Order: sequence, then C-alpha cells, then structure tokens
Amino acid sequence: MSTESLSIFSPQLAARFDALVEKYPLRRSALIPMLLYAQDEIGYLSDAVMEEVAERIGITTLDVRNVASYYSMLRFKPVGKYNVQVCTNISCMLRGAYDIFEHLQDRLGIGHKGVTADGVFSLEEVECIGVCCWAPALQVNYDFHDDLTNEKVDDVLASYRAKARSEQAEGGSAHA
Amino acid sequence: MPRLVSHPDEVKIVTRRFGMGAAEIDRYIELGGYESAKKCLEQGPEFIINEMKASGLRGRGGAGFPTGLKWSFVPKQSTKPKYVLVNGDESEPGTCKDHLIFLHDPHAVIEGTVIAGLAIGAKTGFIYLRGEYRYLIEIVEKAVADAYAKGFLGKNIFGSETEFQVIVQTGAGAYEVGEESALMESLEGKRGVPRIKPPFPAVVGLYGGPTVINNAETIATVPHIFAMGGAAYAAVGSERNGGTRLFGISGHVERPGVYELPMGYNLKKMIYEVAGGVRGGRQLKAVVPGGSSTPVLLPSEIDLGMDFDQVGKAGSMLGSGGVVVIDDQTCIVEFALRTISFYAHESCGWCIPCREGTDWLKKSLTRFHAGFGTMKDIDNIQYLAENMMGRTFCPLGDAAAMPTIGFVKKFRKEFEDHLNGKPCPFAKHVEVALV
Ligand SMILES: Cc1cc2nc3c(=O)[nH]c(=O)nc-3n(C[C@H](O)[C@H](O)[C@H](O)COP(=O)(O)O)c2cc1C
Ligand code: SF4
Ligand code: FES
Repeated sequence: MSTESLSIFSPQLAARFDALVEKYPLRRSALIPMLLYAQDEIGYLSDAVMEEVAERIGITTLDVRNVASYYSMLRFKPVGKYNVQVCTNISCMLRGAYDIFEHLQDRLGIGHKGVTADGVFSLEEVECIGVCCWAPALQVNYDFHDDLTNEKVDDVLASYRAKARSEQAEGGSAHA
Repeated sequence: MPRLVSHPDEVKIVTRRFGMGAAEIDRYIELGGYESAKKCLEQGPEFIINEMKASGLRGRGGAGFPTGLKWSFVPKQSTKPKYVLVNGDESEPGTCKDHLIFLHDPHAVIEGTVIAGLAIGAKTGFIYLRGEYRYLIEIVEKAVADAYAKGFLGKNIFGSETEFQVIVQTGAGAYEVGEESALMESLEGKRGVPRIKPPFPAVVGLYGGPTVINNAETIATVPHIFAMGGAAYAAVGSERNGGTRLFGISGHVERPGVYELPMGYNLKKMIYEVAGGVRGGRQLKAVVPGGSSTPVLLPSEIDLGMDFDQVGKAGSMLGSGGVVVIDDQTCIVEFALRTISFYAHESCGWCIPCREGTDWLKKSLTRFHAGFGTMKDIDNIQYLAENMMGRTFCPLGDAAAMPTIGFVKKFRKEFEDHLNGKPCPFAKHVEVALV
C-alpha cells in the first residue's frame, strides 16, 4: 500500500511509512516504529491501524497485535489528549513520587489509567523513565518534567490545560 | 531539561563536550570530533582492537565485559552481513546516563559506532533508543543526517572505499528489550523475548549475522580512547578497570546528578563529597550501588572502590553505575516491594521461575508491608528468591532475585518489625498500581 488515498494516515505519515519499510534489511523491522508513530497520530492502535500496518509490512493483523501487546507504550484504547505518566520507581519514590501521584489523582479526579471527562488528561503510573537524577519526574506524552513539587505539577497541568483550550478555540473557529 | 552537575574530582573524558553545543556537527568537529574515526579508518581493524584491549574498557551496560575482547570474537569471514548494535534502551531504574550522552554528544555515539563497525568489518550500525526518549531520538536522527551530509556516513565514508550506514531505531516501552538478544528480536519487529545462547551474538546475532552489541556509554567512550590513546585511558582507572564511568547518583543526596569519576573511586566519598551527603542532614541507611538489580550495601560496606571487581568482591555489582542512596527514614520493605514490582511488571513471561517467582515475591511483600506477614514469610521470600537464581532463561530472573535476597538478609530485623499486624514503622504506604 503506497497510494496515499487508501491510507488511514495523513499523507506525511503514509509517505514516511513508505520509506520506513525500505530502510531495513528486513521489512518487518519497521513494525514497532510504525505502530508508535501511527499511535502518535491516531491516538491508539485501532483495528484499522493494525490492519494497515500489517498490510504495509506483509504480515497478518494477528501477528501485529501479538507484537504490539508486548510493548508498554502501545495501547489499544484511547487516552487523554495529554497523557500524564508519573514515574514511581525507586529513585523517584525516594523523592516523593507517590505524593506527586496522589496530588495528580486529586487534581484530575482520576486514578491510574483514568481519563478525565473532557478527554484532556489521562493519568498513568509508570516505571523508570530514565531521569532518575532529576527525580521526581513525569512525562506528558513525550515531554519530560522533572524536579517536581506539587506546585510545579499544578503549573504543568495549567500549561497543558491552556494549550488544550487554545487549540480547541482554533479548531472551533476553523470549523465555524 | 536535565541539569548538569560538576565536581572537582571529576575526570571529564566522555562528558568533556557536555553543555558545549556538540550536538551540532560543526561544533563537534571543532572540538576534535570524527578525528578518531578517520584515524581508525587509516589504521585498520587490528590496530583498533589492540588499542581497545589496551584501554581496559569494560562494557558499561552492566556486566563489565571487556569491549576489545568482545569485538575480537567476531569472525573475520562471514557469509552474512555483520552488524553493530548500540543499546540505548536504558531502563534499569536508577540509570539516566545514556540520556545525557544522547542529549549532549550524539556524534560521539555515531563516531563510536563507525569505529566498532571498522573493527569488525560491519557495514551497518543500529542505534536503538527506548521509545520514551523521543526527543533524544530526534536529536540522534538529526545528528545522523548531518553526518551523512558531511560524507562521514554512507557508501564512501570520509572519501574512502569503505561503506557504513547508521539506522536509528525507537523502542516502545520494555525493560527486557535491554537484554541483548531480546533487543535483536525487537529490532527484527518481534516481541522482546530473549534467544537461547549459545550461539552468542558475535557469531549469530541480528538478522542471523555476527553482531557486536554495546551499551551507548561504552560506544561513546570509544572515540575518546583513540583521541588519548588506549594506555592513557587505562591509566585513569583502577586495576583491570580502565578509564572513567558516568555514575548517576540519585535518591536522598543533596546534589543528585551524573558525575564522571575514575573507575575505582571511593563510594563513601562519592556520596558524602561529590553528591554533598545525605539530604537534610539525615543518616545513611543503605546504598544500591549499580541500578535496581544490584544487591544493597550497608553504610558499613561503602568504604569501597567503585569498579567491577571491587564491588563484586563486596557482594554486589557495579551494574549500570546508578547509585541509589537511601536515608534512615525509608522503609526497606517498601523499597524491596517497589523493586520487585518493577521486575514482576517487566518479566516477559517466557519462563516460569521468573514469571511466577516475581509475581509471588510481589504478592508476599505486598502482604508483608501491609502488616500481614508471618515469620515464616521472611524465610519463604528468601527461599523463593534464592531458588530463582540461575534457573531462568535470561538474567532478568537473577536481576529480580538478587536485590530481594540482599534486602531480606541485610535488613531482616526490619522485616520482623512488620510482623503480625504491626503497622509499618515508617507509616508510609505504597500501593503499586502497575499491573
Ligand atoms: C534484563 C536486562 C536488561 C538490560 N538492559 C540494558 C540496557 O538498558 N542497556 C544496556 O546497555 N544494557 C542492558 N543490558 C545488558 C545487555 O544485555 C548487554 O550486556 C549490554 O548491552 C552489552 O553492552 P556492554 O558490553 O557495552 O556493556 C540488560 C541486560 C538484561 C539482562
Ligand atoms: S527470566 Fe524473565 S524476562 Fe528472562 S526470559 Fe525468563 S521470563 Fe523472560
Ligand atoms: S526512577 Fe523515576 S526516572 Fe528513574
């Protein structure tokens, strides 16, 4: 599948995938990056995503699903626009990660793997994210926020909330 | 943005270009970059491997295997293409050093990969970063594109007849994929389940071809070795432990951070002088010296040279160089529970002692920490962990069992304090939500 019109992905991503499958000694090596990039665009691995990825690589959808289920960043359900991932592993725990996690639960009114009613945030407790020396830390989608305090967490949430609002306003006017 | 730290005792070799804009290729070249690769291209494989052996560099991924020796195991003749694979999966809790290397000096990783390729006769190198490091992946991808544009990578590197390609790959969340054979499976688009060994990767690795796999710090060190000479690099470290290491000091210290110190540097000094001592004037209770899988050390055991051999002799491991410092207000049972929960979450489920063992340990420790343990449980936890050792398909089973055994053996009294409905003396409660 290389004709853009048949793809569920944006023309840019479809073109990127066309190149990606040719990049490796084995087509299949493109599978995991493709799933992640597809998820970035669509929000999660829907059946349609997995079917198209399977077809592009030339393997079965079942095979794709089996591989995808192994990796913790790949998901089969949508999350919030901003997915807040709090590390509670040892280095972060020692510096108050569980307090941060609790504070986030209070502020957002959701628990582990919950999504806020407006769909703006989701919350997740995650394993070490590789910023242990700047603990406690979290990731919102791919952005790191470290050296956290409750106050800093509030600022982080506020900035994403504002971002969501302004994007919504823009989207709204575009449709009007 | 991760904060950079500094201390007068540091010997900055690998971190030399940190904070100097070296992610930009012209700046990297200005700072002496790519000269080592050119030198290695002129001198050839034998020179490279001899120099690497002389440097005494041992793998920074955890096991400390001599890098020059590893490279020399790759057969000279091979019908299948050979590969270099750089392990940037960096997922061992307490470890964040490769993060800084990718951020500040991505070209050092690329240059090291080229040199490894020249040493073994590979035409392709892969740099695999954990998926969470998306912003770093973008930095490394840009660096690779810039190196191609300069002709340092491609069909004719540095204008020679030699070809070398570099491909950057993203992971998608999995600690186990850091294990070398699982990493190869992942790169082949499969679940990260390890392969049976032998054959070892040097003989049958990626796509069935001979493969050298090294940690990102190991590879980033390589260009510096050729800039300063193998013997000079070796002289910086301790006996049989060449050079420096990036120690990531985290937890209850005043100045956490990644410090580059000579191999063999004293752990006590590292905590009290380099990292400024225990936070808030508290007392030291324990130290995990090399990432979450390494057995805990007591304050009485930290007058210790931090190299692979000395830490090994002290009953633990230098591991990934992630030093986690724990103060006296911390519940060790809780710490042990959080540690085992990680391994239970990350077990790939392939073999029973690991899959069931980590789960059992997590359940027992959860019950224990909640105050429902019995004296017999303490022995059972230790017995179970001891019986996982050496009975699993890959070293993750050991990585889970070793710290658990250490906690129970060295802090038995504290486990006993949690017995028979007594609440945790530290009154904090962990409920690990992760499943
Ligand atoms: C469960 C497990 C996880 C590992 N994770 C990593 C990792 O994230 N990064 C790494 O470099 N090595 C990791 N290793 C070690 C690798 O298997 C391998 O030994 C290493 O990358 C070799 O490089 P070196 O010789 O340069 O140390 C892990 C090993 C195991 C068993
Ligand atoms: S030891 Fe654990 S991680 Fe390793 S193969 Fe067995 S189940 Fe998988
Ligand atoms: S333990 Fe939280 S980032 Fe490593």
